[in-house]
Amino acid sequence: MNWRGVWAIYRHEMLRGLRTIGQSLISPVITSSLYFIVFGAAIGSRIDVVEGVDYGSFIVPGLVMLTILTQAVSNAAFGIFFPRFIGSIYELLSAPLSYLEITIGFVGAAATKSLVIGLVILATATLFVDLQIDRPVMMFVILVITCIVFSLFGFIIGIWAKNFEQLQMVPLLIITPLVFLGGSFYSISMLPPFWQTVTLFNPVVYLVSTYRWSFFGEADVNLWFSSAMITLFVALCLAVIWWIFRTGYRLRE
Amino acid sequence: MDDDILTVQNVNKTYDSGHTALKDVSLSLHRGEILALLGPNGAGKTTLISIICGIVRATSGRVAVDGHDTVHQYRAARRMIGLVPQEIVLEPFESVYDTVRYSRGIFGARPNDAYIESLLKRLSLWDKKSAITKELSGGMKRRCLIAKALAHEPRILFLDEPTAGVDVELRKDMWDTVADLKTHGVTTILTTHYIEEAEAIADRIGVISDGRLLLVEEKASLMKRLGRRQVRLMLTAPVNTVPEALEKYGLELGPDNSLIYNYNEDEPQVAALLADLSAAGFTLRDVETQKRSLEEIFVELVRSANGDGA
Repeated sequence: MNWRGVWAIYRHEMLRGLRTIGQSLISPVITSSLYFIVFGAAIGSRIDVVEGVDYGSFIVPGLVMLTILTQAVSNAAFGIFFPRFIGSIYELLSAPLSYLEITIGFVGAAATKSLVIGLVILATATLFVDLQIDRPVMMFVILVITCIVFSLFGFIIGIWAKNFEQLQMVPLLIITPLVFLGGSFYSISMLPPFWQTVTLFNPVVYLVSTYRWSFFGEADVNLWFSSAMITLFVALCLAVIWWIFRTGYRLRE
Repeated sequence: MDDDILTVQNVNKTYDSGHTALKDVSLSLHRGEILALLGPNGAGKTTLISIICGIVRATSGRVAVDGHDTVHQYRAARRMIGLVPQEIVLEPFESVYDTVRYSRGIFGARPNDAYIESLLKRLSLWDKKSAITKELSGGMKRRCLIAKALAHEPRILFLDEPTAGVDVELRKDMWDTVADLKTHGVTTILTTHYIEEAEAIADRIGVISDGRLLLVEEKASLMKRLGRRQVRLMLTAPVNTVPEALEKYGLELGPDNSLIYNYNEDEPQVAALLADLSAAGFTLRDVETQKRSLEEIFVELVRSANGDGA
């Protein structure tokens, strides 16, 4: 393994994040604070409890998921898209790096950045609600896994995208709606039976449900089933990345 | 130790579009030499370099760098290669030092601040080490790309059209840089369509056209073999026909009472011609000599390869 190469990519991507730290950190914090004010204080004050949890606290896991999913996809997608866009990808392709090493470098950095943002959002949440975390270790593990999974997904988007419009289209038009419709701000059980079934086709449901379980001990979907679905999504992302590098899709030629 | 640091054997490349960019190209690169690969636009120069560097996959054939196959032993092969691309492609907001250190890192080389400092000083970039690449002048950006390519201490440097679109001063500056690299033992292969560039700095010349490598030869021997010379003898008296006594020289009538003599460098008969001219009663007013340039040789080679008899 070319670990120095992996570290160089990781460090390079992290430095890029530091150069735009205001945009990377302040923007998600402000957006999350607005959610807490609007949903937690303004609307939440008119909702008693959801599944035995104060509404302000109930939305915290979903809000963290919304932010880290968007950030993980955007960071990883931009990380690999930008060298493709400006042409400096030649350097990576001519370096003694395997496909796995390139992926670890980019996805590792994007996952780290989104993890930091997720933790900052959690810290911000404590300013607005009494945060209850029943299983903090599991909460952290699920957060890390989610960051990695969606960074892998973002990495694919960054290779697939031909322009900035396509790059932003997926987070805006796919990720955000999936998170909103994935039970971030409500319990799946609040939906009519038909829509509950439809929702099960949304992979984000399993992440939000599992993550909420680590906070409050209650999950919308069976934990084992959720774990299986998340594993399936990881396997799918890895298979696509393997295929991309094997064929050189949008990277070579 | 093998004298050849790079061997390209029977490489073919056909893109998915159906375009055949390389046709059975074979080439060897000697240690420490500067090889200029000449060819018109679309000849296959960049494709060849991209295949050697691992950016593009060959359809068939084999490339080895110091004995390491570029596909099966790509790590060892690529560590020996540095590539300066044709376009200026630098991350705009990254500092010169960071971008060079990044290049060294991805090639798996151990961090070495002293080497990077000496490299940047050699390329006159040390004063700009903290500047972001966006703020550099065109010449400095080119040098920064060279610094990136040399960051991991490669033994072969590929320069793809290093002076395309740059001014004369910068071009000369680049030539000096390449000559300096040679003194540091770096083997260089550069692609260009500027003939004077090849003439000025190369040890050997390769000519590629329509995906075929037409020749690879020592510059001096190529010039000697194909570089015809011409002497124009301007006479004091009018001359309407080539004098019978001078017919064996194959002279041509030129303008302004002159005779033109074409000859190859390795079979000069100028002294005998001048003696016979004097014996025939002609008096010389002036003499003008011309040497066929590499450009003329190149044009003729490409034309004949393309079946154009002109």
